[in-house]
Amino acid sequence: MLQTKNLTFFYNKDTQFTFPELSCDASKALLITGNSGKGKTTLLHLLAGLLRPKKGEISIENTNISSLSEKQLDQFRGKNIGLILQQSHFIASMTVLENVVLASWLATGKKSVQKAEKLLAELDLVNQKHKLPSQLSIGQQQRVSIARALINEPKLLLADEPTSSLDDENAFKVAELLEKLSKEYKAALVIVTHDSRLKNKFSNQINLN
Amino acid sequence: MIAKLAWRNIWFKPLNTLLSIILLASSVAIITVLILLQKQFEEKFSSNIDGVDLVLGAQGSPMQLILSSVYHIDNPTGNISNDSAKVWMNHPFIEKAIPLAFGDNYRGFKIVGTNSDYLEKYKAKIAKGKLFDKNFEVVVGSEVAQKLNLKVGDTFFGSHGDAAEGEVHDHYAYKISGIASPTGTVIDNLILCNIPSVWQMHGTHEEDAENPEQSSTEPSRSEEDEHIHTEACNHDHAQHETDMTLNEPNMEITAVLLKFRNKMGIVMWPRIIAQNTKMQAASPAIEINRLFSLFGIGLKALEYLAYAIMLISGISIFIALYNRLKERKYEFALMRINGASRWQLLSLIMIESLILCFVGFLFGTIFGRFALGFISNSAEDDFKMTFNPIEIVWQKETMLLVATLIVGIIAALIPAIKAYQLNISKTLANA
Repeated sequence: MLQTKNLTFFYNKDTQFTFPELSCDASKALLITGNSGKGKTTLLHLLAGLLRPKKGEISIENTNISSLSEKQLDQFRGKNIGLILQQSHFIASMTVLENVVLASWLATGKKSVQKAEKLLAELDLVNQKHKLPSQLSIGQQQRVSIARALINEPKLLLADEPTSSLDDENAFKVAELLEKLSKEYKAALVIVTHDSRLKNKFSNQINLN
Repeated sequence: MIAKLAWRNIWFKPLNTLLSIILLASSVAIITVLILLQKQFEEKFSSNIDGVDLVLGAQGSPMQLILSSVYHIDNPTGNISNDSAKVWMNHPFIEKAIPLAFGDNYRGFKIVGTNSDYLEKYKAKIAKGKLFDKNFEVVVGSEVAQKLNLKVGDTFFGSHGDAAEGEVHDHYAYKISGIASPTGTVIDNLILCNIPSVWQMHGTHEEDAENPEQSSTEPSRSEEDEHIHTEACNHDHAQHETDMTLNEPNMEITAVLLKFRNKMGIVMWPRIIAQNTKMQAASPAIEINRLFSLFGIGLKALEYLAYAIMLISGISIFIALYNRLKERKYEFALMRINGASRWQLLSLIMIESLILCFVGFLFGTIFGRFALGFISNSAEDDFKMTFNPIEIVWQKETMLLVATLIVGIIAALIPAIKAYQLNISKTLANA
């Protein structure tokens, strides 16, 4: 599913990252931990194809994403990678439902309204779907971004500190949902975090220290 | 979907949007009015000038002579002696000479004594009834007939001079013999009769006979004289068992429209006539050119003002888009993550700007036409001149649309390129 080899990246000479080999199968979860400045976010951006590695390979579903052109990468990312960020960002002028539907349209050219409604129902957001994102609580916003990440049934679900801005109850809820939904949608789940609350929950872990 | 998103984004900040649209719309409105006004104005002025090489009239301002005798929007410079005018009218250089005698008005519409050549010159046909034949028979212009709801066979009394409140001449009634077809020229707003009708209505030939030359140079005095003598004239008319004819001696007319057979005369006559008579000959083409160049300064200034407003609205759109770029860069990064291409982001911003400009243009053309309708109403009251706000000047207005859209593209260029070049990783890492 997800496989990396000899992954190296540097912004300049002083900060060079060499990452251990990673692999994660469908429906499985991988937790990547490490302190600040160890390249957690950089690694996540590499896996998402937002940055290109200086050396090494990333293959997702047997596709070497470093060999794709910029445009192919945009399309591949839309279809195969779901990304959940530490802080949720939305199109401020569109409702929750429209935000989720937009993600399906940008990736596939089709508007999956029913699937979006189903996902929002699963994430307990039915009553919020016609609100603007700014009217939601942070916990609710995080759940909307999970729905948005899953709308295209990605092969790889990447989460960057998905719980660090949430309280214990919401953090636990979000972690549960991520695990449950990635199994349901048969996606490989990779979580990058320094949140120790998650360390007990996922057995498959890699530490970047 | 991108267009829908663009539409949503525009209305997400309604005040910014409103400001940009109002600025754009007002500049487009001003330019639209100028385009329509200029075209219709010049059309109206040039169509009335057709076939008039020179105008013979009393001394005074040549422009006033042209405005009064060709366009009927100013007071006449005075009267000229019919006998001395005839000398020039029958000159071999002349192809056609149309005499005009201004007399009274009926509810603000001028009653003009002339002959059938005047109708022919404006290609006016008699739509109903027949041409005036006997004295006090009149042909009314199409607008007059429509506005005053006049029919063939109706009779009315005229008021003296060109003010509707003037003294009513109730000793002779005009009778409508015909109604002219619409021509889009001044004739639509005139009431026409033969020249002896005007003379007989005022019956002042005895007074004029004493000092015809003086009265021609001092129009205000002669008018006063007419007023004083109207009552005295009553018995005078009573003695007139027979109607006056064109051959009456010592009478006055107001102006003569001249068309030359020999074009030399157009150049020569103004000087010859000025030197040898108490009359003047003025060229409508020259006077109207002068008028346009006077107007032109004002129109140009307005035009520059409109372009300045358009520039400001372009800057306002640019600032609005650029300021929002900062808060929207996460949106853009997010769209890229969801599979949007760079081009989609670029087109999103372009479309937003173009929608703004198009909406502004639309409102502008509509407002502009309302404004022209308003101008037309007041111009009609003051000058009997109407403008058609519904007319579309395709070529110029299409150019205006293109110019507006170009403003939109230029305003969006920098923000769009910034969105295109957005570094997603850096944007998200600094979040």
